Amino acid sequence: MKISRRQFLFTAAASLGAAGISAAAGKNDADKLHEARYYKKLPQRKIECELCPRRCVIDDMERGYCGVRENHGGVYYSLVYGQVCSANIDPIEKKPLFHFLPGAKAFSIATVGCNVMCKFCQNWEISQANVDQVKAMELLPAQTAAIAKDRRCEVIAYTYTEPVVFTEYMYDCALEGRKLGVRSVMISNGYINAQPMKDLCNVLDAVKIDLKAFNERFYRELVAGELKPVLDTLVLLKKQRMWTEIVYLVIPGQNDDLGELREMCTWIKNDLGPETPVHFSRFHPQYRLTNIPATPLEVLRKARRIGLECGLYYVYTGNVPGDEGESTYCPNCGAVVIKRFGFSVLSRALKNGRCAACGRAIAGVWS
Amino acid sequence: MVQRPGVVDAQGRADAVKLSNMLDAAVERLFEEEADKIWRTLFSPRDVVGLKVNCLAGRGLSTRIELTQAVVDRLTKAGVPHEQIIIWDRRDRDLQRAGYTLNSGKGVQCCGNDRAGFTEQVYEFGAAASQLSLTLMRCTAVINLPILKDHGIVGMSGALKNFFGAVNNPNKYHMNCGDPFVADVNCLPPIRRKVRLTICDALTAQYEGGPPFMPEYTWRLESLLVAIDMAALDRIAWQMIDEKRRQVGLPTLEKAGRKPTYILTAGDSAHRLGETDPIKIDWIRI
Repeated sequence: MKISRRQFLFTAAASLGAAGISAAAGKNDADKLHEARYYKKLPQRKIECELCPRRCVIDDMERGYCGVRENHGGVYYSLVYGQVCSANIDPIEKKPLFHFLPGAKAFSIATVGCNVMCKFCQNWEISQANVDQVKAMELLPAQTAAIAKDRRCEVIAYTYTEPVVFTEYMYDCALEGRKLGVRSVMISNGYINAQPMKDLCNVLDAVKIDLKAFNERFYRELVAGELKPVLDTLVLLKKQRMWTEIVYLVIPGQNDDLGELREMCTWIKNDLGPETPVHFSRFHPQYRLTNIPATPLEVLRKARRIGLECGLYYVYTGNVPGDEGESTYCPNCGAVVIKRFGFSVLSRALKNGRCAACGRAIAGVWS
Repeated sequence: MVQRPGVVDAQGRADAVKLSNMLDAAVERLFEEEADKIWRTLFSPRDVVGLKVNCLAGRGLSTRIELTQAVVDRLTKAGVPHEQIIIWDRRDRDLQRAGYTLNSGKGVQCCGNDRAGFTEQVYEFGAAASQLSLTLMRCTAVINLPILKDHGIVGMSGALKNFFGAVNNPNKYHMNCGDPFVADVNCLPPIRRKVRLTICDALTAQYEGGPPFMPEYTWRLESLLVAIDMAALDRIAWQMIDEKRRQVGLPTLEKAGRKPTYILTAGDSAHRLGETDPIKIDWIRI
């Protein structure tokens, strides 16, 4: 999903040119500072970040775990507000969001930074980088929305790295997007506190959460995070009636225990509802987990079967182009309602959000 | 440890001559050899020597220029060309705030990691996984020039912690009072292999409120701590900070909830970075 620096500049420059907007250049560090939301001041010029469950206590001149929020004399700043390091136009299926405007184009953007440290991160060159390591182009929220509109993108996707860490920018972009009729989706690990997530629900239209495992050990050892807050976020999104899809990257020998997958699918059905789409995606050796082979297709298919057996209506296999698990089936009559190949939608049998064959409502945001 | 009352004047300025004499006295006592010979033994004219200073806190609590200059003078005398001496820290901005002049032309080099960049390769040891400063990679030898100060998250910052300034992601390593991260970072092979000497600037030390400079919590220690064992140096430095905290009525770092256990971890069998048992440390005071 990540694009190179050269590709980024090409895409961003072309986009900016097309939108008739010139990006600000040559700004110094101080100009890039944008006061963060969600923190409280502590004695001795320290601050406590309240954005994510990590709740970093940060000394003056130091940065939080995410590496993109810095304390300057007791005032906390985002270092990446409007500092876009990756930009591209992707199909919404690439996020993946399968029940949200199928076939839509998503203007996909990221800044540097992440609040966890997954050993299997596929975008680690930007998610785990220092702000100083990666070149960025300034795109203020109104510019971002204008580019999306100009390029006929129905959606702005905050993706590639972890958008929680650039929440201020995401929020403002989403607001600007709404003014132009462009919707916003967050592609996230869900490791965020309740208040900032609630605030984002006011401006977002869909969320995809990477549920990385269903046990704390995995989160502790391979993610440097925690499971419980992610589950809390999923429940919160459900309560907020935010359209949410879940991706589960199946890593051989690490989080592919079939009993645990069954436990997770049961939890999703009971706590989030059977209409919650779940994508079981194929792992490829990456970053610090290059010693583990790609997920066997059969394991993904087993996981999908377990999800369906548990009563989930929409369970997919991911990163396996051509597999039958890529398509959406009517939970009532079994007819194919959206046929996909990779990130492409080949055919649709949906009428006003209902199965064309039997009329059963298919959960999602279709228009 | 060499202590010389009066090396810092009433305005907080260091006497460069006295400081140079302190440095010579310390290395001569440590190696039991004449100073010039020590520097020639430790460093050859072919070496590229990195001087890892600590400038996060700006003027007042950064590695003093006078000390860095004294080290440069001794390297020069040992035959190391100026262009092969690199003063380095995290960011250009930090170096400038501490009074250093950036230079990538002729003469002694001075630059931050933000300008030099980082390796593409990720180096791993234990819980640490980092890209390393290209300045570190360019160096064949490193002299560690930390300062001695309290640290609000990991307890204290001395010799070992200074190498957070050699990695791209120090922000990932402050959990659990930096344990085991500080020790793990120091075990990354290019760091472990290249550090030949540590000279801790403890002319002014800080016992509370760090890592930023808070003058109300500093004291004039007027000392240099010189060692080849960073873990031992930090173990002694930890005792000194705790002793000062007791004197002023503050709880020890442990009681304050930030015991720097990473120092003990550095000495364990998995890391073997040095001696951390105070009884076994040969602490020489002159």
